[in-house]
Amino acid sequence: MLFTDFSFILGVPLLFLVYFLLPQRFRWMLLLLASYGFYACSGLENLLFILTTTLTTYGFARLLEVLAKQRNETLAAHKTEWSRDAKKAYRDKANKQRFVWLMVCIVLNFGILAVLKYGAFTVNNINALLALGTDTQLPVPDLLLPMGISFYTFQSMGYLIDVYREKHPAEQNPARFALFVSFFPQLVQGPISRYDALSSGLYAGNGFAPRRVLLGTQRILWGYFKKMVIADRILPAVTALISAPEQYDGVFVFIGILYYGLQLYADFTGGIDITIGIGQVLGISMTENFDRPFFSKNISEYWRRWHITLGTWFKDYLFYPLSVCQPMLKLSKWSRDTFGKEIGKRVPVYLATLLVWFTTGLWHGAAWNFIVWGLMNAVVILISEELHPLYIRFHKKFAWANSHAYDGFQCIRTFLLMGCLRMFDCYRDVPMTFRMFGSMLTKWNISALFDGSLMNLSLKVQDYVILLAGTALMFAVSLCNRRGPCMREKILARSHALSCTLTVLLFFVVLLLGAYGIGYDQSQFIYNQF
Amino acid sequence: MNQTLDTIMDILKDLHEDVDFESCTTLIDDGILDSFDIISIITEINSEFGVAIPADKIVPENFNSAKALAKLVEELEDI
Repeated sequence: MLFTDFSFILGVPLLFLVYFLLPQRFRWMLLLLASYGFYACSGLENLLFILTTTLTTYGFARLLEVLAKQRNETLAAHKTEWSRDAKKAYRDKANKQRFVWLMVCIVLNFGILAVLKYGAFTVNNINALLALGTDTQLPVPDLLLPMGISFYTFQSMGYLIDVYREKHPAEQNPARFALFVSFFPQLVQGPISRYDALSSGLYAGNGFAPRRVLLGTQRILWGYFKKMVIADRILPAVTALISAPEQYDGVFVFIGILYYGLQLYADFTGGIDITIGIGQVLGISMTENFDRPFFSKNISEYWRRWHITLGTWFKDYLFYPLSVCQPMLKLSKWSRDTFGKEIGKRVPVYLATLLVWFTTGLWHGAAWNFIVWGLMNAVVILISEELHPLYIRFHKKFAWANSHAYDGFQCIRTFLLMGCLRMFDCYRDVPMTFRMFGSMLTKWNISALFDGSLMNLSLKVQDYVILLAGTALMFAVSLCNRRGPCMREKILARSHALSCTLTVLLFFVVLLLGAYGIGYDQSQFIYNQF
Repeated sequence: MNQTLDTIMDILKDLHEDVDFESCTTLIDDGILDSFDIISIITEINSEFGVAIPADKIVPENFNSAKALAKLVEELEDI
């Protein structure tokens, strides 16, 4: 089921109504029922996979908690009796045992994800290698890919690692934990929530609060505006540009970069607005996934502001553990002794960055274009890191490099750089992407912009007017949100009547200008595919 | 503590010579240190003190100031 399905659009307000009418203690149960109902719509067989992840994570987290308690009790009981070395030896042994159980659960769950999502990709690559020297070919598995498996697996494993690290206690109630894993608005495309941030609101069963409901509704409508008025309107043009690369080369590649950047932003941030808006109406606070990413001045900053919850997941659970693990520290020491201090201290950072971005690419899809996209991001980030001292000297030497105009230049440069990297995502074919990039730089068919070709991309003049106005509105809202409370809160603080009027207006704008209706093929959210 | 703190100060100043590490208590909160800096600091600490900072200790409270870092190193040395 998509957020843009009529059954979802009609079902969510009904859920709100029943939620607020129910006694407080039953509200989280309703959410669990709704979440499993929502998930079952994507296929009853999918329930088996989410249930497996839920039950194994719940069970292993409880086990890790019990083992930690036993360890602490034993150490407390022998506090005076055992020597420091004896306590250390016991603690190491107990921690090792916990680590083994942690890894069993992680391997099991990431194993399910790996087989379902990457099984066919792996076999295809093995077959390509086998074809070089033999006639043998392995059968390519055609496996089911449950909706949102990457999102709920990452969220569950993040919870498990946090329990292992004793950041928070394990959830005692399996049904409540099942809600944390399956909470329906975030199943489609995140955000990837942390248990300590989400759980209190999720189980609180907050009652009806007019202000919160109004602000949440506005956010939901704003999400639908981005998705249905902007993203789905420009989608046919993006599809046309990508599906006929021989026809649309040169300057059209640049147009494709701009259009796809707009579509992806409106689609993904729109979906997250709907998710967080639903949470806000229900009184469930969710982690923000975006912080005006197109205002970033460099690629590292961009990745701190785009898909934030995935970035922090990789940072906390992969980048840091990998960078500071014993083999990495030993490698760093060896590099220091062999090549000197400067190279030695770079080794863990470089290796961990490359591995994290390889994994990030793979997370986005089982295809080489995503892997190359991830590694290209890593290369740009590392080059940028190496050039950092040069940037500092540059900014110190030239006063104009500290002006707002230069800030604007940096934002545009980052937007275009990210757009170029996104071409791997667009064309989904690595050699093709390089060819199209080359054509953009070498074929100067700028006249095509003025000969009416842009009108052949399934977009009419009125579509361009709506897209331009919508983009200007998103830009204005982003500017307004850069300091203090968000725009919706500022308007509400000024006038309740104005806030209510704008809500109704936004509803009719989505209703009148949204891309839907008979014959319209609703587009899946882009991140739903990951 | 003083000797540990002095060494930590040298490590930090080697990374960002223009930051006042003696008084700053918001190195992470204000984005002065990024994840690359953190890994460099951990690698340097491992080299200087022989102490391995585990991933679960990489939290803002431990990296927001030079003093917090020195305290963390001494705690880990004591274990």
